[in-house]
Amino acid sequence: MTAVRCVDLCKTYRQGDQDIKALDHVSLEVAKGGFVCLSAPSGGGKTTLLNAIGGLDIPDSGEVYVDEQRIDNLSKGDLADLRLRQIGFVFQAYNLIPVLTAAENVEFVMQVQGVATAERNEKAQAILKEVGLDGLENRRPAEMSGGQQQRVAVARAVASRPALILADEPTANLDSKTSDELMELFTELNENHSSTFIIASHDQRVMNYAKRLIRMLDGRIVEDIDQRAA
Amino acid sequence: MRLFGVLLQLAWRNLWRNHRRTIVMLSAVSVGVWAMIFMTALTRGMVDQMIVDGIKTLPGHVQMHDPEYLDDPSINNLISMSDDELEQKFKDSGIKAWASRVKVPAVITSERDSRGVTLLGIDPVAERDLMFVDYEEVEGRFLNDANDKGIVIGRKLSETLETEIGKRVVVMSQDPDNDIADRGFRVVGIYSASTGAVEEAYVFVGKLTAQKMLGIEGGTSEVVFVGDDYRNVDSVYESVVAAVDSTVVVNRWYDVDTYLGTMMNVMDGFVLVWVVVIFLALSFGLVNTLLMAVFERVREIGLMLALGMKPASILGQIIIESMLLLALGLAIGDLLAIASILPLTGGIDISFVGEGMEMFGAASVLYPKLYSNDIVLANVVVLVLGFLASLSPAWRASRYEPVEALAKVG
Repeated sequence: MTAVRCVDLCKTYRQGDQDIKALDHVSLEVAKGGFVCLSAPSGGGKTTLLNAIGGLDIPDSGEVYVDEQRIDNLSKGDLADLRLRQIGFVFQAYNLIPVLTAAENVEFVMQVQGVATAERNEKAQAILKEVGLDGLENRRPAEMSGGQQQRVAVARAVASRPALILADEPTANLDSKTSDELMELFTELNENHSSTFIIASHDQRVMNYAKRLIRMLDGRIVEDIDQRAA
Repeated sequence: MRLFGVLLQLAWRNLWRNHRRTIVMLSAVSVGVWAMIFMTALTRGMVDQMIVDGIKTLPGHVQMHDPEYLDDPSINNLISMSDDELEQKFKDSGIKAWASRVKVPAVITSERDSRGVTLLGIDPVAERDLMFVDYEEVEGRFLNDANDKGIVIGRKLSETLETEIGKRVVVMSQDPDNDIADRGFRVVGIYSASTGAVEEAYVFVGKLTAQKMLGIEGGTSEVVFVGDDYRNVDSVYESVVAAVDSTVVVNRWYDVDTYLGTMMNVMDGFVLVWVVVIFLALSFGLVNTLLMAVFERVREIGLMLALGMKPASILGQIIIESMLLLALGLAIGDLLAIASILPLTGGIDISFVGEGMEMFGAASVLYPKLYSNDIVLANVVVLVLGFLASLSPAWRASRYEPVEALAKVG
């Protein structure tokens, strides 16, 4: 079963007088329950690919399928619905809404989805406990460390049980110990919740945790390694 | 409904994210709303007083005359109905109060001076509810009945004529044969009015005495009717019209005194313009505050869009934030206005500008009038225009592309 399928994706950005090929005929398939790391140096195209998969950016050409549904031709409203119901996001920084507490941030997506109060409270409490933030439910982002904030973001991403979780440089602002803890958490959630994880990162630790490593360079996939076999 | 709950929660918390800015804007809205309502109450009070004084001074709510009288208010243009006929027609008409008058131009002379005046022959009992003169406040006394032989003059006129209570004056006018009709009167009372011009213009004698002096026994110049509300005189007008024929004309007060009528109509327009002008000044601050709030939260808005919130919800969130700010400002402004107007309802002495005010018929004491309609108007204008002013920043926020917004350097 395929969670994500990209067919011949191209995306070019204009920077000054230059055209930058962020995606150059990229094709990719990720199976359900996969744990994939997209690795590339800065400007290699990994974030662009992640954004195209998440419906945050539309490729110039090619096709993107999430759970066998083509998404590159959807309207803005339909893409918002897709992100709300099927995809969980963890970004590099500025992941949380500052005026909401940890629990409210976790509940945010469920609240927008229309989940009943009792149900989302219960889910939020459970997932915060699972990510090791028991007792910090009422803290606002400014009152938490970077690692704790990333854990809240992860909790929010998985709380509504999306089929696909996309993380863009989730460890970039974390120290090595916190990065390891976060990756342990991702691995655990991937195994326990059967969610598909696609993580864009050039952090070697993240690459080590991934079951599959896809290396990109100048907008092209240059290497695709099944690390379970290695 | 749940989505509205999220938006309300976010809007409320974002409002207090920058306390200082919110409090400054809240103060501006509150003071603006206070100014709208307070100044409207003052102006309403002044115009109401002018109209009520004007109506009490002469026109009543509805008047009836001979068709020629308004163009030529002479003794020859009398209503072709006797006192008895008028009494029969209007005794049980249901109209709150009415009175018939003799009203002709005249000259009053004392030992010292003379002046042109309007001579009013009245029945003081019938006029009590129509008259601008408070009988109990008259120096000396007011007329006792329609057959009273004394004369009541205004304070300013008494000063001009250098006369006083107990002294004699002579009143001269014209009889129906164009001969001089005159009579000596003893001054029995001196009244005070809201303006000196009124005190100089009108002198009162008994109606029967005036009729005898002018040789028009049973004759009447005008009949005045009063209802419950000067703003709505149609029912009185229709009752009078139904009771008379085409030998007389019936007019509403604002047809007779077009200046006062125009004042009433202009006032409603003025209140709206005043409220809108103040809001326009406020709206610059409001739009600026919202734009600042939006610019500060570009990445946050990008995050919400990325997580699946629709642009319409972002639009709604900013508008709710604006409406909350305005609603709070309105509540404070309304309370401030009510708290500052209520203690002044007993009247504000503006006699230091009294002469200037008198030029356009205003009294020297101003009674602010707080109408619920004016409060509602101010609140509705602020909310409706506030909503419109919020659309631009809210629209801007909802148009962000999530990827670009998230990439903004915060």
